[in-house]
Amino acid sequence: MTRPWQTASPAEIEQLARRMRCDIIEMLAEAGSGHPGGSLSAADIVAVLYGAVMQHDATRPDDPERDRFVLSKGHAAPVLYAALAQTGYFGRDHLKTLRKLGSILQGHPDSTKTPGVEISTGSLGQGLAVANGMALALKLDGRTEPTVFCLLGDGELQEGEVWEAAMFAPHHGLTNVVAIVDHNGLQIDGACSDVMCLGDVAAKFAAFGWDAVECDGHDVARLLEVLGGARERAEAVGRPVAVVCHTVKGKGVSFMEGDADWHGKAPSREQAAAALSELGCEEVAR
Amino acid sequence: MTEKRATREAYGPTLVELVREGVDVVVVEADLSKSTTTAKFAAAYPERFFNTGVAEQNMIGTAAGLAVGGKVAFTGSFAVFATGRAYDQIRNTVCYSRLDVKLAPTHAGVTVGPDGGSHQMLEDLALMRVLPGMRVLVPADVNAAAAAIRLAATTPGPFYVRLGRAPVPVIYPADVELGVGRATVLQEGSDVTIAAVGVMVAEALAAADLLAADGIRAEVIDVFSVKPLDAETLLASAGKTGAVVTAEEHSVVGGLGSAVAELLAEHHPVPMRRIGVRDSFGTSGEPDELMAHYGLTAADVAAAARELVGKA
Repeated sequence: MTRPWQTASPAEIEQLARRMRCDIIEMLAEAGSGHPGGSLSAADIVAVLYGAVMQHDATRPDDPERDRFVLSKGHAAPVLYAALAQTGYFGRDHLKTLRKLGSILQGHPDSTKTPGVEISTGSLGQGLAVANGMALALKLDGRTEPTVFCLLGDGELQEGEVWEAAMFAPHHGLTNVVAIVDHNGLQIDGACSDVMCLGDVAAKFAAFGWDAVECDGHDVARLLEVLGGARERAEAVGRPVAVVCHTVKGKGVSFMEGDADWHGKAPSREQAAAALSELGCEEVAR
Repeated sequence: MTEKRATREAYGPTLVELVREGVDVVVVEADLSKSTTTAKFAAAYPERFFNTGVAEQNMIGTAAGLAVGGKVAFTGSFAVFATGRAYDQIRNTVCYSRLDVKLAPTHAGVTVGPDGGSHQMLEDLALMRVLPGMRVLVPADVNAAAAAIRLAATTPGPFYVRLGRAPVPVIYPADVELGVGRATVLQEGSDVTIAAVGVMVAEALAAADLLAADGIRAEVIDVFSVKPLDAETLLASAGKTGAVVTAEEHSVVGGLGSAVAELLAEHHPVPMRRIGVRDSFGTSGEPDELMAHYGLTAADVAAAARELVGKA
């Protein structure tokens, strides 16, 4: 059986990622607060998942056979909201309500308010344990097709619960969980290597029993191959797969790239205009 | 002599019954299955039992994921670790997402005994009670514990059921039916209300006997559901007696005494006394010794009641 990711055009996914980046900038400028850096660094990864790799249908968000996505780095909510809006879970007009009173789009993902959000996140380090539990439930129910994809930040890896969960998945044979690390190397207080060095992230996951793969988190063709093939690979080796994606914080907006100050600060109207222009947002139909 | 059994004895066996009855129960434990009795569930349904090892945060998170997947997820461990160690997981992942995660940790209170203050949880009711959407049940005996576990399993949303290690007198018949938000008036009286939970319910009944000898008629209420409180029953009793003693094997800060005080202060203020541990940690000792040491005996409850009715 041919999977959508095998026939997906990298150029089309790149366009989806670009539209998502445009949405991220616009919604954050409108909100006046939020987290652009880690949303932009994850945009290609999330576009590949929602655009090609994951089996999902916005008209049937409760389909038991769907693939699941857990955004453990919940502060990157804008990238998830952009993906959900671009794939039809709710109208794009909601994006301008981000972080406002009464909005379905909370500052961090809230599964009780937003269609398509599987679990509330925002307090870091908790997503992988939840993804593991979701994977266990799928196995108990005899559902062998769905995969649970969990996106973690790298600063988040400093939380102990991540490693409790990392120990759990291989022990329980959870080949239906894929851990993805958005390794942009920066956190609020600066470079991860200065704040609290993570060392070799892939080697750490490997030491915990995962089949760890590294890849360029902005190379869409490569992401299609690695994320698309992750489940099959896990079944082949009998261990869950962890994909460490090397990324650039703020990717796509030159004045945000590689700058920890853009972790949790919204662009002004002028900065947003410059970012939208650089991203070529006028050229992409959204 | 009254039969004594620990409330924790109900845990594993009741969960086994629930699966047999068709409830989609799973258990996530953190290396204490023999103590919590979830080992009995593991023996009956190994495919529904998951051990995280000594990792309480992961225990709660994994249970949350199972609940997202449609399971009724019970968790294990001791009250001190299951609540305090994993508080943010309970708040931000379980309660904020309104998941069917049911915490029923054992070894709450000073009756843990010799293990000492590090293991004697006296703040769990306070911690759990303030969480939006969390329901808090404190069974008085092994049969009430079975009823509480059944209520938690069959009522949607997060639950906290407080279980103990030490054998306590059996008060209720097997298969007793209790309710969320429902207290039980165990003995009617007109002079003073004794509102108790957990192991203190048996002490409250014994206190009522002591008071009867002095001609004081005490009304004894097993509050059972600390959240939501049975406001109707408690206010009716306070209206009748005009004096309320609360009794709990928990800190007087934030638990049953506080909950009842909040209710009465807003709706029907009456003189009150709170029996409980007075803002301190526990210490090593035998359960009976510790109950006396912390002023948690029938005599202590009776003394507080006498003071309230002016016959001290």
